[in-house]
Amino acid sequence: MLDLFHPLRKGAELRARIVAVRAETEDAATIELKPGKDWAGHVPGQYIRIGIDVDGRRHWRAYSLTHGPRADRHISITVKAVPGGVVSPFLVHQARPGTMVHLEQAAGEFVLPEDPAAHPKLLFVTAGSGITPVIGMLRNLYPATDSGVLHARDGLRDITVVHLAPSEPQTIFRENLTALGAAGAIRLIPRYDDQHGQFDVALLAELVPDLAERVTYACGPHGLLDALEAHHAERGLELFTEQFRVGAVEPGEGGTVSIGGHTLEVDGATPILDAAEEAGLLMPSGCRMGICMGCIQPLKEGAVRDLRTGDVTVALPGETPVDGVPIQTCISAAAGACTIEHKERVR
Amino acid sequence: MTVMTKKPQSAVDHLTPEDIEAIGRELDAIRQSVMETRGEKDAAYIRRVIKTQRYLELGSRAILLASAFPPAWIVGTAGLSVAKILDNMEIGHNIMHGQWDWMRDPKIHSTVWEWDNASTSEGWKHSHNELHHTYTNIIGKDNDLGYGIMRVDEDQRWTPATLLQPVYNFVNMLIFEYGIAAYDLELGRNLRLPKDKRPADFASNVSKTLRKIRKQATKDYVVHPLMAFPLGAAVPTLLANLTANVVRNVWTHSVIMCGHFPEGVETYEKAAIDPNETRGEWYLRQMLGSANISGSKAMHIMTGNLSHQIEHHLWPDLPSNRYAEVAPQVRAIFDKYGLRYHSASLPAQVYSAWHKVFRLALPNNWMATTKPSNLPSQLKVLWKMTRGSRAQRRKLQEQLDLEAAYQG
Repeated sequence: MLDLFHPLRKGAELRARIVAVRAETEDAATIELKPGKDWAGHVPGQYIRIGIDVDGRRHWRAYSLTHGPRADRHISITVKAVPGGVVSPFLVHQARPGTMVHLEQAAGEFVLPEDPAAHPKLLFVTAGSGITPVIGMLRNLYPATDSGVLHARDGLRDITVVHLAPSEPQTIFRENLTALGAAGAIRLIPRYDDQHGQFDVALLAELVPDLAERVTYACGPHGLLDALEAHHAERGLELFTEQFRVGAVEPGEGGTVSIGGHTLEVDGATPILDAAEEAGLLMPSGCRMGICMGCIQPLKEGAVRDLRTGDVTVALPGETPVDGVPIQTCISAAAGACTIEHKERVR
Repeated sequence: MTVMTKKPQSAVDHLTPEDIEAIGRELDAIRQSVMETRGEKDAAYIRRVIKTQRYLELGSRAILLASAFPPAWIVGTAGLSVAKILDNMEIGHNIMHGQWDWMRDPKIHSTVWEWDNASTSEGWKHSHNELHHTYTNIIGKDNDLGYGIMRVDEDQRWTPATLLQPVYNFVNMLIFEYGIAAYDLELGRNLRLPKDKRPADFASNVSKTLRKIRKQATKDYVVHPLMAFPLGAAVPTLLANLTANVVRNVWTHSVIMCGHFPEGVETYEKAAIDPNETRGEWYLRQMLGSANISGSKAMHIMTGNLSHQIEHHLWPDLPSNRYAEVAPQVRAIFDKYGLRYHSASLPAQVYSAWHKVFRLALPNNWMATTKPSNLPSQLKVLWKMTRGSRAQRRKLQEQLDLEAAYQG
């Protein structure tokens, strides 16, 4: 009831109000948020999960925080609109100040050690929107004043940034990075696909001569991180990585269903309820025709298909709710491998 | 209504199995068209209704603080009654059906929603969503047919106690929320069983229901009156809560009676239902086993869109705000296949349902064979049926049936 009047109060479910949306590039924007009273703060490099209603449905996504802690307690994320996506185009092009979003406390291990002496020489390798956690760290280390002059908070770190982007105009935070480079805070090595061609990790040693002395923090797509891991392992270099998307779920026909400690092979036409019962699991059930909602179980990961309509429901850890996406097991068939929590019905 | 299979002229004899499956496909297509277009507008609708209900309840309760002043009592009580009706009908009933689960809002979800009613949402979801919606109007399987206390079908057995059913129905109407709570627990049946034969979860469900009842009573009859006490309005506030609960009970009872009890709604016998009933056959049973209430938009909202009972029974998980738009399409299918779309105004349906309660309080065909001229002899028959042995009752019933057949 109090939510009607003061949604950001202490003790309320954590939410945030969008206070500003600023375009960064044509297809990226920074969203400034005022979190509720219970917001516990964050360390630069960490990310948050936000839940937002798009076309009536709630979607959850993870985004890096692109600022250090601020005096006004606001937080910001920078979002690149993924073509064909649901949430990112909405945030970039349609979200307006005043919109309420759901929020989880900051999380993530991709942070710098508190003691600057622990890693005095750093290398950041970032690609595309992989710059977002790193810009949060850099802005925190070198707060920019309104006049654009940079003041290093500590002069103890020596930082090189290798940033990869498709082209210069498509680079998020281009001005920030250039300014940081110009002020001597960082050594910026931009690599644009359209100018320099596809990046190859083998070039790293050439671009960063003192690579061996540096600890590397990398954030970007799979391919880059895998290549970096191999590259660094071979040379015995320290590497910390951050990756947002664990990869999309491609719905198929049937698959392996993990439920209540059982692993079942289920075809694409059998309701998960039937398969689980066949395997001896005690499943909550009701009408067995998709109307009573008595058989709902949380899908934690994977994809299921509604046998009536063919609609696919996907659960992707990190994007869908932590508690899972509730599915009706009596009319859902496996559409690929999936993990379902087995809950006794509360009755 | 006699179960459909025992009637001389069944309402569905003219349909071929192919017709029935075609009906199923056409109805599925309508469902799909709505499901695909659920979106922002629908989400905004349910949130608006919830918000309106919350403000209305809050406002009415605030006004009731001053209910020592009679006009404030009237306004506050009216507002609280409407708020309770909205909570139970358009909001609670429909959310618990999973109509809004697609929004993935963990607060507006069938698995977590609780309502302002004596029955627990869990108990309700079992008896209503599972049993009633699956086995709609099958005698012996759907306890909604008379709630286990009334005879609402010729094929339910008549006993002398049945004569009192108009009284039961009236009392049940006044205390309907407790009636539902008892019904969800299958209290009547379970209490007759010896303790060790009762379902394993019976005792825990009873205590859950009692907890819910205590919580409801504390809120309505203790906390709010106490809050009004400093303004000298404790007693009026208590009476206002009592009145609002009764108004809600009478309203919901009336609307729900209209869904399946009016004359002309079909019922089914257990044995005649194919265990492998197809989707088309199930749809057909829902189509003929429900009755609609015609009326204004406000009327539909106040009934929780159960005024679109036919559409609701076809697709219990369709967002309630969309029933109105599919109703003409559904009606067109009824017309196309020569089926009766049962729809009438609220007073007409309430009258019809009550008429049935009275008619069936009496033995089958007693009313039909009674004229002013033979009233004394008919009363004698009724007296004998009430006092006589079971065999005597059966014999007299046969006579009544014969007489009625002769008249007809």
